[in-house]
Amino acid sequence: MSPQLAQPLVIEQAGLQRRARVLWSGLDLALHPGELIAVLGPSGSGKTTLLRAILGLDRLSEGRITVLGEPVRGTGNRRVGYIPQQRPLPRDTAMRARDLVRLGVDGHRFGLPIPRRGERARVDALLADAGATEFADRPVGLLSGGEQQRLRVAQALADRPRLLLCDEPLTSLDLANQEAVVRMIDRHRREHDAGVLLVTHDINPVLERVDRILYLAGGRFSLGTPGDVLRSDVLSGLYGADVFVTRAGNRLVVVGAPDAEEAHHHHEDESA
Amino acid sequence: MTWPDIGNAMFGGAADYGEILALVSNSVWAGAVLGLVGGLIGVFVMQRDMAFAVHGISELSFAGAAAALLVGADVVTGSIVGSLLAAGIIGWLGSRARERNSIIGVLMPFGLGLGILFLSLYQGRSANRFGLLTGQIVTVQNSQLGWLILIGVIVLAGLLLMWRPLRFDSLDPQAAAARGVPVRAVSLAFMLLLGLVVAVAVHIIGALLVLALVVTPAAAAMRVSAGPVAVPVLAAVFGFASAVGGILLAVMGELPVSPYITTISFAIYLVCRAIGAGRDRVTRSAA
Repeated sequence: MSPQLAQPLVIEQAGLQRRARVLWSGLDLALHPGELIAVLGPSGSGKTTLLRAILGLDRLSEGRITVLGEPVRGTGNRRVGYIPQQRPLPRDTAMRARDLVRLGVDGHRFGLPIPRRGERARVDALLADAGATEFADRPVGLLSGGEQQRLRVAQALADRPRLLLCDEPLTSLDLANQEAVVRMIDRHRREHDAGVLLVTHDINPVLERVDRILYLAGGRFSLGTPGDVLRSDVLSGLYGADVFVTRAGNRLVVVGAPDAEEAHHHHEDESA
Repeated sequence: MTWPDIGNAMFGGAADYGEILALVSNSVWAGAVLGLVGGLIGVFVMQRDMAFAVHGISELSFAGAAAALLVGADVVTGSIVGSLLAAGIIGWLGSRARERNSIIGVLMPFGLGLGILFLSLYQGRSANRFGLLTGQIVTVQNSQLGWLILIGVIVLAGLLLMWRPLRFDSLDPQAAAARGVPVRAVSLAFMLLLGLVVAVAVHIIGALLVLALVVTPAAAAMRVSAGPVAVPVLAAVFGFASAVGGILLAVMGELPVSPYITTISFAIYLVCRAIGAGRDRVTRSAA
């Protein structure tokens, strides 16, 4: 099978331990072209480590990961798009909006920084997709957090990746920018048949578009459609505590889930 | 000291300017190279928030030079060894800003203390002692000039060849690593280039004042522009103007070169700040 036709991401029998405690194990996941899977779970449940392992920047305790038909090796992967969490850039950052996007095109390249033919047009097109044409030549440090984040998404999409990893891409964005970022990700996966793995602590901004959910908690995981996973009985089973999933208007609210894994595992350590 | 005395100390040599200038032409050349390269690398120093690291490296570079002076070895070599050692340690151990700052905070006084010890033990000319800390015009000898220029060329080439990955890593190390940029190697290489620049700077402007040529020009440039070409070019021009201008003025007097250089680079910074503030106001009222 040629890599072009391969599944964007296949994870087999993956497990993660930290300081002798199991965060999850036996994880099998095949991300299909055009599919969006949201990864949920309390902090410390290994969501970011999972993304970093897919990029080859971290290692899992066990299991195999195949990205676009090739086993993970080395560090970093230019065929994968990666959108980090929004962090405000310093005001005096010596870079304009278009320069930040451009790093997605040539930021990995060593050698004299001479632009290649067609790169400027590509950057212009990415800026247009991000709704950033208007501020393309403004210093990034003077832009709002939401505008900066749209530029990061454009940067990650520069090489038309068929696998997109998003680590809390919506955190600390206002609703309009959350929606804009989700739209960019959604359009990309439809136009390029790209698989998307999106780590988030709030499912609501992506609830309408998500195909499946991977929920990591309590040393276990649950994988399935939102209707299968986001249920009081399923989450209570994961956490080993009473957790309620309720609807408030058109939003889903999870009540009673511990914020971090620590408390729960402290308890387990004692019994072990 | 009366005012005329001070004036004489600062600019008294103006009458014999041509002759004196011929004596210090080596320093002018070295200053020109250092100004350009220091301004350029300063852009990354600012972006990576490493001003403190520059200061730390320069103190160990000073210790290396002082040790070389004491044992009769080549002083430039000594400062390079000290610089690279410090840059290597900081680059290796301090990948996070907090760790880095604590490592620098520990290394810096140790380096300075060692340097003072070596200088105190040194029996030679006393002018050399202060030269390493505060800069001296006539410290650059013919044999050293070639070395200083070669180092400048190496740093320039190194920066240009890893320009884009270095920019990427300076802006967003996580995204750069995800894209396959070897961020650890890039950071370490950058630290070593920085160490080389600092070693040269110690010989022109002195260990205590390296920041005036490695940070101030870049900080000034970043006040007036955010362009990917404009900022490095402006920073290099500002560094060049400060170093060469400072040396040319210092030649007239009998004072160390550093106050002239620091004053010029500070004045450039003030002007750029004023321009930048004015521009911010315009942008905001236009928006």
